[in-house]
Amino acid sequence: KNERKMNPTMDDSKMKLHCGWFFFNLAAIFGIHEKGLYFELVFVDWVADVVNLNYTFVQPFGQVPVLEDGDLKLSESKAIMRYLAEQYKDDGTNLLPNDLKERAIVSTWMEIDTIQFLPLAILSLIREIKSFSHRHYNGSRKQSQIIRSPKHLRGSFSESPYLAGESFTLADLHHLPPIHYLLNTEDEKVKDLIYSRPNVAAWVEKMKSRPAWLKTLHITDLMKRRHLRTQLDLSCHDVAVVAHKTVMVIGNN
Amino acid sequence: KQTRSQFYLALTLSSALRQMVMKVYGDGMSACVARVLLCLHEKETEFELVPVDLFACHHKLPSFLSMNPFGQVPVLQDEDLTLFESRAITAYIAEKHKDKGTDLTRHADKEAAIVKLWSEVESHHFNPAISAVIHQLIVVPLQGKTPDAAIVEENLEKLGKVLDVYEEKLGKTKYLAGDSYTLADLHHVPYTYYFMKTGHAGLVNDRPNVKAWWEDLCSRPAFLKVSPGLTVAPATN
Repeated sequence: KNERKMNPTMDDSKMKLHCGWFFFNLAAIFGIHEKGLYFELVFVDWVADVVNLNYTFVQPFGQVPVLEDGDLKLSESKAIMRYLAEQYKDDGTNLLPNDLKERAIVSTWMEIDTIQFLPLAILSLIREIKSFSHRHYNGSRKQSQIIRSPKHLRGSFSESPYLAGESFTLADLHHLPPIHYLLNTEDEKVKDLIYSRPNVAAWVEKMKSRPAWLKTLHITDLMKRRHLRTQLDLSCHDVAVVAHKTVMVIGNN
Repeated sequence: KQTRSQFYLALTLSSALRQMVMKVYGDGMSACVARVLLCLHEKETEFELVPVDLFACHHKLPSFLSMNPFGQVPVLQDEDLTLFESRAITAYIAEKHKDKGTDLTRHADKEAAIVKLWSEVESHHFNPAISAVIHQLIVVPLQGKTPDAAIVEENLEKLGKVLDVYEEKLGKTKYLAGDSYTLADLHHVPYTYYFMKTGHAGLVNDRPNVKAWWEDLCSRPAFLKVSPGLTVAPATN
């Protein structure tokens, strides 16, 4: 680990993140920057597959993002982030509390994201990209479900500035990418879900100004425009693009 | 004199421990509650099951909502900690008691990461498909409505694709995250148990590695303690 920090050009020991610019990739890129880790970004061009989205968004397995750290290969953005938060807990932002009970609260909010929040957020986003989707959803029916979803966020923020307590943790990190997409829709009602709740809106604004998030947006924007052949020089580490690849299947083991 | 004071100390401690037993709020017929119960049994941890009458909607009362604003079971209380979301609860129990009972999370960093990976796979890929089928075939009839065949069809197809990946993985390792039973396997059990009662058990039985894995999961003592509580039956097709 120390070697990696002192010799960032040691290619063998660098972590690799295979990723695209869409959705779940953002959490992994965000997290790596929060930890200030050296890594190599391998851009996987998913445009061809975005067109074939079904409503669960993520096609199963062999998908990006995938993290390679030595001989370990991990997919699933939350599994990647938990690993990085624990393995590199002394680097950068501390994304997981040390206390077992506080960690359990973080886990609870991450589960809420997966089980309660994401499915509804994704449904509202499908309306926005319905030119890519093969299904047409009844927008008004789904709206009422989505409106219920940030309710929990309001309750939590009356007690503490972040979901799991006083500091920014994985629980907050994983909520930001779907919220980012919700706020970039054209539908005012969707945006209003966030902005009509002052505590929630304040929390979102705080997170949006984090340097790691701004870097994430910058990198994903570049990937989107596929200008990533040049070396990117960011203030905390170099990101070298290795190759353009089309669909990549990784066997998990 | 010393042994007497030790004796009284032991008595005080044991009564204090009685009060410190974890409480699980819920009903054993709920798959999500069963997930937590399985974990507690695997970790040989004492607990108290506090019944919540789901049919009378006691989980929507303000007293319950103050514990879980989503109005869902299970809820765990451990002294001053209140947790909900079954997978956050199992992760907490498994870590708190990591030196007792079955090793559900693995200690070595990279092995632990693989366990979390396959736990995420269950959450993101397996659960949405299987719970949609269970919802249509078990919950919807209880509400006096007819199951939506299109939703069942669509989710059976998704589930089939997930099980294809499991079939391949389980040909390489005995369990999902490696050669020992972990949380990644445990989380699958309750919904799969209900699923096997529907007319679609073929999805599992037609895949030899998945079938062998499932039969192994059903042979575990913890499962044999929890499965009698999983009493809800699906509507016949």
